[in-house]
Amino acid sequence: MTKLLGKLAAQAVLLSVCAVSAHAAELHVLNWKGYGADEPWAVEAFEKATGHKVVNDFFNSEQEMLTKLRTNPGLYDVVMINAAFTGQALAESLIQPIDTAKIPNYADISGDKASSPMLNQDGKVYGVPWVWGLTAIAVNDKSFETLPTSISVMWDEAHKGRVVIRDDAVEAIQFGAIASGQDINDIKDMDAVKEKLTSLMPQIRTFWSSENDWNQMVASNQIDIGTYWSGSADRAKTQFNLPVSLVIPEEGAVAWLDAFSIPVGSDNVEGAEAFINYMIDPEFYVEWVTKVGAPVSANEKAVAALPEDAFNRAVMGDPKVADRIQFQAPVTDEQREKYLAIWQELKVEAK
Amino acid sequence: MATSIRGRGGIGPALPLLTPAYLWLAVAIFLPLSAMALFSFMTDLPMSGRDWSLTLEHYAAFFSSGLYVTLLWASVRLGLEVTLWCAVIGFPAAYVLARVLKGRAREAIFLLVILPFWSNGLVRIFSWAMVLREGGLLDTVLNAISPFRIDIDLMYSYPAVIIGLVHSYVPYMVLTCYLTLQAIDNALIEAARSLGASRLQTLRRVVLPLAMPGLLAGSVLIFVPVVGSFMEPRILGGRTGTFYGTVIEDQFVAVFNWPLGAALSFILLAVVLVILSLSAPILRRVQ
Repeated sequence: MTKLLGKLAAQAVLLSVCAVSAHAAELHVLNWKGYGADEPWAVEAFEKATGHKVVNDFFNSEQEMLTKLRTNPGLYDVVMINAAFTGQALAESLIQPIDTAKIPNYADISGDKASSPMLNQDGKVYGVPWVWGLTAIAVNDKSFETLPTSISVMWDEAHKGRVVIRDDAVEAIQFGAIASGQDINDIKDMDAVKEKLTSLMPQIRTFWSSENDWNQMVASNQIDIGTYWSGSADRAKTQFNLPVSLVIPEEGAVAWLDAFSIPVGSDNVEGAEAFINYMIDPEFYVEWVTKVGAPVSANEKAVAALPEDAFNRAVMGDPKVADRIQFQAPVTDEQREKYLAIWQELKVEAK
Repeated sequence: MATSIRGRGGIGPALPLLTPAYLWLAVAIFLPLSAMALFSFMTDLPMSGRDWSLTLEHYAAFFSSGLYVTLLWASVRLGLEVTLWCAVIGFPAAYVLARVLKGRAREAIFLLVILPFWSNGLVRIFSWAMVLREGGLLDTVLNAISPFRIDIDLMYSYPAVIIGLVHSYVPYMVLTCYLTLQAIDNALIEAARSLGASRLQTLRRVVLPLAMPGLLAGSVLIFVPVVGSFMEPRILGGRTGTFYGTVIEDQFVAVFNWPLGAALSFILLAVVLVILSLSAPILRRVQ
């Protein structure tokens, strides 16, 4: 009996040793699905170059991402966070400072993004800017002969019942702020926003929640126009050959910055640094844009490596575009709950 | 308690049989549910060192605006409509299964009824999305056989939600009605017929009252989950797809406001219990 027990114990120890050693080389990455970090060719190239095994996990909203970090301390090694949420993650002690000296490509990141107060605190770096993009509008090319220039096209009677907007309170309210000519980070006239969105409701076909929703509706020719993310519009065109064009309205658009952070308790910080370095590398970026379609890299050298007429270089890099976009600042929990209450009310009135 | 259990040794010998089920219920249902009940009275979640205190504000929030009441009413109406349609479709099917079909045919039809259970709910809903949309299967097939153009675009509408939910829940009604209909003694029906009752009278005065327990059990099994449903309305309902269940989901997923989400869920539970207890006396009389 004791012999058997001894054997079992030895086996258990052996197993746990195996598990630990396997874990040491594993690199747990938390990101949106289909967002660069889980591209099979990229994972393969990274694994070959560094020997770390990438294990991808996904989230469907920033709140879910934060919940996963809160409830699985020590599991993840790299997490992709919208810079507007980095402060919240830091305040809850979910992420740790990053030694940028270990990330060679960090030096090429554009200065204004690297020094963003959303990613830096007390002289320490908590987020490495990865890509940025816009929440603008995208159109179904089959429904437009010439591309619209103004956001007011969403309210055009001709497109009634063929307009979509994302089912996200913050995005909807900020879209309303742009349509009513306000600062998205300091909305003074909420009634004007509500009025704008109320009059938009009869136009709406449905509320989309994922990139896949949007692409399917265009593929089956159910919609003409809707709010969309710049990287997704590019992907719809490049990867899925869909008739989709991104429009940056003259009224402006919401810009966001996505960054990589290292969660507290990561047991593979070295691998995390190598992974982040690979993600902001020009070589990976060019391949990502060409093969799949992507937002704009925060690495200036990576953008410069694109062909001169590439959308991400020619249009997104245009100084006139830079003038009319508004970068999203952190949104507090109170604001978010207030926005959700307004958004739910609007949706109920529209029923 | 022990006296009510007849037999030789009271509850003692039954314990080994009862313990696993009750232990499982306690761990899997009671503990998480009581945690949620506690959350619903807290100002914030006790996670990563957040401060919290006890409060009633989340329950007050329900009554502070007409929003939640309107939505809850919409969800209750949805539950009633889906239950009604399930009964209208499910009862005749169960009747045929139990009293008309025999042998192989019965097995085959039975299989068709429970087939939806074998597929994932999300898959079923997405298949409906493909069928119902403009230029989808239904639209294409109808226009292929119809001499004039019919515009069918049910996707993203209230009827689409009803269709999706009825499809998901009708097997419950068929199964519960089948069980009670099958148990009806043929002699009773023959007696009614020989005493001069028409087919309709037999159905109304003999079969239906005897099948009532199955109809009621099916209704409860369908009504309760449909009132809190959120996946089907969100995917099929489009602009009209905001219901009480989707609002609760938003609180958990979109804003991480678990306390408010939990409070809204318990209010739903309370309302459902009130509806069921109010209808109990009426239902008992019908039986």
